[in-house]
Amino acid sequence: MAPTSCSLCRDAKAILKRPKTGQQICKNCFFFVFETEVHHTITESELFKPGDRVAIGASGGKDSTVLAYVMKTLNERYNYGLDLFLLSIDEGITGYRDDSLETVKRNQQQYDMPLKILSYDELYGWTMDAIVEQIGKKNNCTFCGVFRRQALDRGAASLKVDHIVTGHNADDIAETVLMNIMRGDIARLGRCTSICTQGEDTIKRSKPFKYAYEKEIVMYAYFKKLDYFSTECIYSPDAYRGHARTFLKDLEAARPSAIIDIIHSGEAFEVKEEIKAAQKAQQTCKRCGYMSSNDLCKACTLLEGLERGMASSVITDRARKNMDAMGPAPDNIRTIPLFRSTPTIAVELPSQS
Amino acid sequence: MAGTMMIKIVFSGGLELLFGNERNQSVLIPPFVPSDNSTHSSLSSSSESSTPSSYNDTPSTGETKAADLEYLIYHLRDHLLKERPELFMENGTIRPGILVLINNTDWELEGEGSYQLCNNDEIVFISTLHGG
Ligand SMILES: [Zn+2]
Ligand SMILES: [Zn+2]
Repeated sequence: MAPTSCSLCRDAKAILKRPKTGQQICKNCFFFVFETEVHHTITESELFKPGDRVAIGASGGKDSTVLAYVMKTLNERYNYGLDLFLLSIDEGITGYRDDSLETVKRNQQQYDMPLKILSYDELYGWTMDAIVEQIGKKNNCTFCGVFRRQALDRGAASLKVDHIVTGHNADDIAETVLMNIMRGDIARLGRCTSICTQGEDTIKRSKPFKYAYEKEIVMYAYFKKLDYFSTECIYSPDAYRGHARTFLKDLEAARPSAIIDIIHSGEAFEVKEEIKAAQKAQQTCKRCGYMSSNDLCKACTLLEGLERGMASSVITDRARKNMDAMGPAPDNIRTIPLFRSTPTIAVELPSQS
Repeated sequence: MAGTMMIKIVFSGGLELLFGNERNQSVLIPPFVPSDNSTHSSLSSSSESSTPSSYNDTPSTGETKAADLEYLIYHLRDHLLKERPELFMENGTIRPGILVLINNTDWELEGEGSYQLCNNDEIVFISTLHGG
């Protein structure tokens, strides 16, 4: 088969068929259009302003590694004026997070960005290994999800950043739209497709890769020879998400625009006022001060369940009431640090090695 | 055997876990292979004995085709894959979510499974299904 030439520069050999457009493009044009589209996503949504301190949620995986590289590139190319940091959460999973954190530490050197690693152990007093040892593998993703989300916020507060960016890509968002539809969680549909979310009390979070296809992120990492880590979390299999993912990949194989179409569908769901009203008003956690829709935030609730040996019973509201009925929490329950007004910032600066 | 092709294989993105955690491998493929992609009569992978097996006594219909990428996928499944074939192949091709590059080019530009293999080709398989 004769090599196809690039449909943009009409010169170099095409190396990639873009899933979004079907265009066949060369390596340099691919780098340029991929970066430029992320730049447009950022500028059209006015995600940042000059002087913002921005933490990149870095797991060592493909998406966050490419995000760190592209954020650094765009910040320099277009003079965003951002202070960029890498923020990693160490869940305490032996043999999984150890290796991926090594990748993040290499990224710190390669991209010359300060890195902050915050562990579940130092925040919550529990590693995921210890949690799984106590509660088994059934609900551990619930714990990890709540703990990770809050850990990113708390880590960001300790870095005094205004904004966390995460590597969620178009495939991830389409997958979440499907999952929310399948669960009947219409109220969450609008929120899961919005590029930037901000709770009353928390730091902004956004997804510059909202419209970037996973295929292009992986191809970008491949052609740029970026250093990333890939393995499945040993505790994970989130079976439900796995099914949604397989279904989505099958749809994409049949019609590549399916991913963007699903995101647009999610965006188009107008959340009616009565559904919004059903969502609880936000307050702050009576124990740690994190924003919460109940007296205790989700992390404090889960932590109390762990400490009282009732962890598997705190997943639902009803189980929570049962635990309350057992009497008040003991006095020695840990207060999760918020880092609200930390005077000094503990950051590992990239060392020259 | 004259015309036997050496094909370099790279597994990454977590896919190597299905292939004995060896990212870089190579296989020997005969120039003509059974049209039904039956691989049991073909040459073994280079990691096994390199004694050429006589693929002429193939028990299948005897119809052959020039070795293509589709055949290679069956060959990898039958000879290199160590576990969980359903995570590698689906409906006679690569499972959706695994990217394939032929000599550093997206296989979607090269005819996918119908691409005819050449000696010293490098085929890269990258899983996108593992965590970001
Ligand atoms: Zn070009
Ligand atoms: Zn709390």
